This record gives sequence, C-alpha cells and structure tokens, in this order.
Amino acid sequence: MPYKLVVVGASLGGLHAVAALLGALSPDFPLPLAIVQHRHKESDETLRIVLQRSSGLAVCEVEDKQPISPGTACLAPPDYHLLVEQGTYALSTDEPEMYARPSIDVLFESAADAYGPNVIGVILTGASADGARGLATIKAAGGLTVVQDPATAECDVMPRAALDAGVADHVMPIPEIAALLTRLGTVVPKVGV
Amino acid sequence: MTELEDLEIQLLLEGVAQLYGYDFRNYALASLKRRIWNMVQSEGVKTVSGLQEKVLHDPLCLDRFLLAMTVNVTAMFRDPHFYQAFSAKVVPMLRTYPFIRIWHAGCSTGEEVYSMAILLHEAGLYDRCRIYATDMNAAVLSKAREGIYPLEKMQEYTGNYLKAGGTQAFSRYYTAAYERAIVRPWLREQITFSQHNLATDGSFNEFNVVLCRNVMIYFNKTLQEHVHRLLYASLTLFGVLGLGQAESLKFTPHEHDYAEVVQGQRLYRRMR
Ligand SMILES: C[S@@+](CC[C@H](N)C(=O)[O-])C[C@H]1O[C@@H](n2cnc3c(N)ncnc32)[C@H](O)[C@@H]1O
Repeated sequence: MPYKLVVVGASLGGLHAVAALLGALSPDFPLPLAIVQHRHKESDETLRIVLQRSSGLAVCEVEDKQPISPGTACLAPPDYHLLVEQGTYALSTDEPEMYARPSIDVLFESAADAYGPNVIGVILTGASADGARGLATIKAAGGLTVVQDPATAECDVMPRAALDAGVADHVMPIPEIAALLTRLGTVVPKVGV
Repeated sequence: MTELEDLEIQLLLEGVAQLYGYDFRNYALASLKRRIWNMVQSEGVKTVSGLQEKVLHDPLCLDRFLLAMTVNVTAMFRDPHFYQAFSAKVVPMLRTYPFIRIWHAGCSTGEEVYSMAILLHEAGLYDRCRIYATDMNAAVLSKAREGIYPLEKMQEYTGNYLKAGGTQAFSRYYTAAYERAIVRPWLREQITFSQHNLATDGSFNEFNVVLCRNVMIYFNKTLQEHVHRLLYASLTLFGVLGLGQAESLKFTPHEHDYAEVVQGQRLYRRMR
C-alpha cells in the first residue's frame, strides 16, 4: 500500500517523544507528517522551534488550508483542531473533544476519512485516552496503526488506551517506529526502460 | 459507506440551500461532517437523510441546524496581541481620517465588536467611527445586540484586555447584575448589527477596516476565494483587513494587493 500521510498524536511527555521521532527520520523522508501535541492554549512558537532544532525535516505550525506537502512535519496550532481534507489541512475551533483542542481523535478520524487506507497513525506518550478512537477509525479504513511501546513511554496511559482499543498493527519503541516509517515511506522507484 | 454518506450530505446541504437560502455547500467538509454527525445524534435520528427530513419539514429544527453547523466561539480581546498590533499600527493611520467605517464580518455574539469599540474609545476615536457588525445567524446577532455576557467570563476578558494594552479599569465598560455583565449602552451607540451572509450577499459599503476573523476557516477554497474578493471590494484603498490567528492571505486571489502591516499579526493593508 503506498502510504500518503502519517498522523501522530502525543500528549504528556510528547515534546521529547516527537523530537526523538522526527530526529530519527532522515531529511529526505518523503511523506507528510501531521502532528497533534496537546498543549496549553496560549503556548507560543517554542514547540515548533524545539522540534525544528532536532529535525532535518521542515517543521511548521499549520495555517488554514495549507497544502499537505511531502517531507514536512506540521503541528496543530494551540487551541485549534487540525483536520485533513483532500490535499490540504484545515483548522477549526469546534468544541474540545476529551478536553483537548487540538484533539488527536479529530485529526485521525478526518485523515481516515480523506485518505482511507493510505494513512499511518502513530500514538505516542501521554496521560489521556485521546487518540484511541481515532486509531480504530484509521484501522477500520484500512490504514496502518502504530503505538509506542508503553514500557518506553514517558507516560504510558495513552499508549495503553490505544492498545486497549485492540487495533494496533505494531507496538514498538520510537527508534523502531522511525525505521518502520522510513521503510514504508520509501516508494521503490520504477525502473524506466 | 462513505460514498453514500457523501451523497446524503450533498443532498442535505442542497435541500437547505434551495428551501431556506442558507448555503453551506462550500463549507470545509472535514469539520462540517463532524458537526452534521453530532447533530444527527442530538436530534435522535439515525442517518443524515433522517436529519434532512427533519430540517426540511420543521423550521424550528432549521434554527438548531444553523447553530449546529457554525462555530460561534468568540471572546473579548481574543488574541490580545492582535489588538496590541492594531493599536500600535492601525490606529495612528485611522487618526488621519475624519470619519471611520469598520465592518466586522462574522461577528458572532459580539464580543469582538465591543472589544474594538473599547479600543477605539481609549484611542479617542470612537466618536468618529461607525461599526457595522454582521453575521448570517439571527440568533447570535440578537445576543450581540443585547451585549449581555456571563459575569464569570469577565476575569478572563480583563486579563485579555490588559494584555491587549488596555489602560482603564475594565469594569468601567459593563454593569454587573445577576451573574451577568451588561455592556454599557454608550459603547453600543456607534454599532449597527445586521444580518449578512458572506456566501450569498454582496458588498454593501466601503470600509476603512474590515475584520473577518475565524470565519473563513470554515469555508472551502472556493468560498474563501469568493469572500476574499468580496472583502477586497469592500475596502477603501489603504484600508486594513484583519484575519484570525491561523489565517493568512497566502494562496488567496488578492494576496499581492495587500501588504502585511505587522509581521505575524494577520493585519493587511490594501495597496491597490
Ligand atoms: C468562530 S465565530 C468568529 C467570531 C469572531 N469573529 C471572532 O473571531 O472571535 C464564526 C462566526 O461566523 C459566522 N458565519 C459562518 N458562516 C457565515 C457566513 N456564510 N456569513 C456570515 N457569517 C458566517 C458564524 O455564524 C459565527 O458566528
């Protein structure tokens, strides 16, 4: 299955986890990454800057209707839900879900809706149950589901909640998640005649 | 499954547009879909078609539909930095005008409009201003007109107001009664509230300032482009357009006709 989009959800402890994941991907990693990291609604650009420092990929905060472009890691801005449409990101200030805006479920469910089996969903560390439902939706749409090994997570509540949903294709520590994404993202080039 | 869902949604929006004239057909689909499904649940029906039947046959259900399809979240001095930048960079320009016309498009329940009135009052410009505040939804407009808000919100708003550069005691601007904060009548004097739908109504005046914040994020590209043309046509030369924190002019039809007033603050001046 040629994957077209990676969606990542992280909460408590996510700063290090997301930095580790992005840091382990090579600068020419070809898939777009959309990331929801729970954070305070008045947080500034620090998260983006810190992540950019640890990654060779371009890291940005999403602006409304920004095109989904390869090799770019896009963060949900604070206090907005991040959604996926065909070819673009979209934002909204609909009610928080499970106390969260941005919500991981909202990102994952919209990604599954727009990209069906071409989505890879990744749940990392956190102290919430956000993301479990979204991961199940990705699975149901034929996408690939990955959960950080709870034993390696700064906070294991969120990975465990995702595992309890019973839909994880892979459970692994972050370096292996990065290796898996790299393998899946690399499309074997067609040999021209 | 999704194909059928998409068809049902299309039919629902088509029906509402034809029967009632409220056109949601070019709203951003991903979040609209979620709101439709939330309403399917809250109305106790099973399918989008079930919702369609209810909305088309029951005008009271339409009122709920309009509220359910739009996001009305707003706050006084939301994004304080925006107001700070407005005071610093736009107000000095407005001082040179004898008369100032301002349009808040998509004003929801009015908090943003009163914030602007307060800012202009403190700048000593309010007497010279006329503010037109519009929204497509009559229900939120009547709340805006009343200017009555939960008293408990005032603590947060006072904080925003101070961060925005407010210089007075914020409590000057409302009276408290029964857990409610009522905006002072003199603050409402220069404001006209009226119904206007950005998707279907045209330009109705020329303005020195147009604020359309956190409204177009709910539209798809097509409707966004339409609205950008409308706002551009409604601005005087060197008039200022204000957008929401996560919105920009990038990839819009008039991107190159504006100059950024303050970097990162979503304020743009029409240059041609
Ligand atoms: C999230 S509120 C924004 C309020 C305020 N501008 C702010 O930024 O705090 C969005 C508002 O846009 C209004 N709206 C949605 N579609 C509209 C349309 N087609 N024409 C006019 N207003 C619309 C909604 O009714 C809602 O009140």
